[in-house]
Amino acid sequence: MLSRVANHIYWLGRYLERAENYARFIDVNFNLMQDLPIGLKEQWQPLIAATGDLKLYMETHETFSREQVLYFLAFDAKNPNSMVNTIYHSRENARIIRESLSKETWEEVNELYYMIKHGAEKKLWKREDPRDFFEKIKNQILLIYGIADNTVARAEGWFFRQLGQFLERADQTSRILDVKYHILLPSPSEVGTPLDFLHWMALLKSVTGFNSYRRIYGNIDPSGVVEFLVLNKYFPRSIYYCLKESERCLLSISGNSSGGFQNSAEKAMGELRSKLEYCEVTDIINTGLHEYLDNLQIKINNISNLVDENFFRTKDNFTHQKQEQKQG
Amino acid sequence: MNTEGYNAGEHYDEMFTPDGEVRSHYDGFSNFLKKASSKKMNHLQSSANKTQLAMGMTFNVYHDNQGMEKILHLDIIPRIISNQEWKKLEAGLKQRIYALNLFLQDIYNEQKILKDGVVPSELILKSKDYLEPCIGLTPPKGIWCHITGTDLVRDKNGEFYILEDNLRCPSGVSYMLESREIIKRVYPELFNQKGVMPVSDYPMKLLKMLQNLSGKAKPVVGVLTPGIYNSAYFEHSYLALQMGVELVNGVDLIVEDKKVYMQTTKGLQQIDVIYRRIDDSFLDPLTFNPKSMLGVPGIFDAYKAGNIGLANAPGTGVADDKAVYAYVPRIIKYYLDEEPILNNVPTYLCREEKDRKFVLENIENLVVKETNAAGGYGMLIGPKATKEEHETFRGLIKDNPTNYIAQPTLSLSTVPTLTDEGVSGRHVDLRPYILYGEEIEVIPGALTRVALKKGSLVVNSSQGGGSKDTWVLYN
Repeated sequence: MLSRVANHIYWLGRYLERAENYARFIDVNFNLMQDLPIGLKEQWQPLIAATGDLKLYMETHETFSREQVLYFLAFDAKNPNSMVNTIYHSRENARIIRESLSKETWEEVNELYYMIKHGAEKKLWKREDPRDFFEKIKNQILLIYGIADNTVARAEGWFFRQLGQFLERADQTSRILDVKYHILLPSPSEVGTPLDFLHWMALLKSVTGFNSYRRIYGNIDPSGVVEFLVLNKYFPRSIYYCLKESERCLLSISGNSSGGFQNSAEKAMGELRSKLEYCEVTDIINTGLHEYLDNLQIKINNISNLVDENFFRTKDNFTHQKQEQKQG
Repeated sequence: MNTEGYNAGEHYDEMFTPDGEVRSHYDGFSNFLKKASSKKMNHLQSSANKTQLAMGMTFNVYHDNQGMEKILHLDIIPRIISNQEWKKLEAGLKQRIYALNLFLQDIYNEQKILKDGVVPSELILKSKDYLEPCIGLTPPKGIWCHITGTDLVRDKNGEFYILEDNLRCPSGVSYMLESREIIKRVYPELFNQKGVMPVSDYPMKLLKMLQNLSGKAKPVVGVLTPGIYNSAYFEHSYLALQMGVELVNGVDLIVEDKKVYMQTTKGLQQIDVIYRRIDDSFLDPLTFNPKSMLGVPGIFDAYKAGNIGLANAPGTGVADDKAVYAYVPRIIKYYLDEEPILNNVPTYLCREEKDRKFVLENIENLVVKETNAAGGYGMLIGPKATKEEHETFRGLIKDNPTNYIAQPTLSLSTVPTLTDEGVSGRHVDLRPYILYGEEIEVIPGALTRVALKKGSLVVNSSQGGGSKDTWVLYN
């Protein structure tokens, strides 16, 4: 597969996943805010903090009103990670490599682009309740995955898109979990209160993991939620699961079935995956959740850079798109 | 829909005779049209528009989020061509391409036609499109022009005339193919009843033709595009997708030891045939324009060494030059000893005394064109010009006769078209596509471009033109 095409297909996967996760955590914050007792201020700042774009936001904003935050995360053309931009970029990537996608995949990506464009034109962030819209965006992206799952041959291109998707998802799950660190409880004594549980529930719902969690763990308990979202072996949005899938993609790309590693990306990926494989939730809590997640994000970024070096950079004059997110 | 008030005027109308009778090859369709309400037609039209947008069948350049993307408006009333008429067109186009190919081979090799004085030497040898690096070259199997899109128009009497030979990178074939898919959904039953010849196998034929350019059993084929900002990018990617081959940019390719390689995630892979959609001068900065960033350094050497097949062959552009156009009837006669089946628009060469005399005497009825100018520059439209302008051009022609040709003003046929005021006639041209592989094949369909503004003769998409599906009937 052409290096340039592989690069575009990888970023198609990443941008789609990023847009989907933004739709998810905007939606969940909405739900959460509705459950909060009257008088407790709406907290929109944590969402921005978790995306890593707090500094950029503060350059032009002084407050964190719902409208401002929604606009910034979903529709602001000046925010490189806003949904408008990530969807635009995913469509651009798809357009450039349209010959490598199934017709249906392209058409649904195109449709997604018109959906967000329409939402921006209709000034949806000013609506009382834009949840329908974010739900539709999320579902449209899931539709694209579903179509791809059932129409695309498991050849190199497939693995590059999946690699982008799962790396991005690992990163985003860590950010969603990190929102909890940024949401302030009225006082430290509220830890373990119903309000604290509301937060944890909201997190699980944002990754559509509430029911699965209930079945496996029963009661809501912070260390249970952390274990579930970071270390669970079977939940498709847990960080461990995403890294394991990413590793599988890398091995399929290079045809490595003999174990060990064949390139620096595989090496870094294998190291990180096995570290999580043998990690216990108490290790995470002892390190400090926020610090642990921060460190994970740095390592995921590093893997992405190594993928770039190993597969996409075969010639100096290639134009590169590299978009990283800053640490929260 | 009511078509009783339809008035073709003095032009040839593709559907109605001057008496208002429906031409027989439009029969089934005219029944459908009569029965359909205007509401229904408008509904069909708007769903066709939506499909186009959803398919991303857009053109135009865009640089950022605010960029514009337009669809090439597809009018749902088809242009229908009877089998009998098509047969003649087909024979004429084959004859023309066959002769033009012999001409290209000759002028880059023996130059017999120049030595025999049939075509003036300096016209060819001084043309900027005559590529010296191609002198002495014979492309694989002696074929230069593999893909042609020829423009034709119909005059008042319904006679077809060749307007232009596009032998370089003719575009629009993707619109022909995609439009057909959309129109098939608009008239599912009519297609069964009328027997419309299919065009959807074009990509297969194109691929076969391209593979034919390589000696290898399983050659690796690619489409070379200047990139996403080219207005025909949709077409490049569409054709690559339909053929199942790589769409490559210049940066994807490198030449080593006179072989061309693609840069892949697994290292270098040799590529054997390229359908290039970039112009000659940008193809190879080492041989042609040194400033080009689009091409591939060294690809021309690889081509000369026989390690890469290129379609169309570099150098073909010289044969679709405006001045050479006037000589095509003589070119056909010279190589084939046949009369041309399809006529040129009558063209007067001011370099020839008899023609010059006629032009000077009738300048107020003619369009005068400078041979080496393009885009409407250096033109005189006789009927619309002032006496002073006529005089100025008479002077110019006398001073430098080789620089000018003249043609009568053209009439374009009309086809009923869905407009705000109901069904109304709009002017059209016709671009069929011809492939030259093991043999010459004319695809039974075409891009019909339509001037959407009333009375306008401008069919260009950038100036308010649209398109129509072209149905060639089995019978």
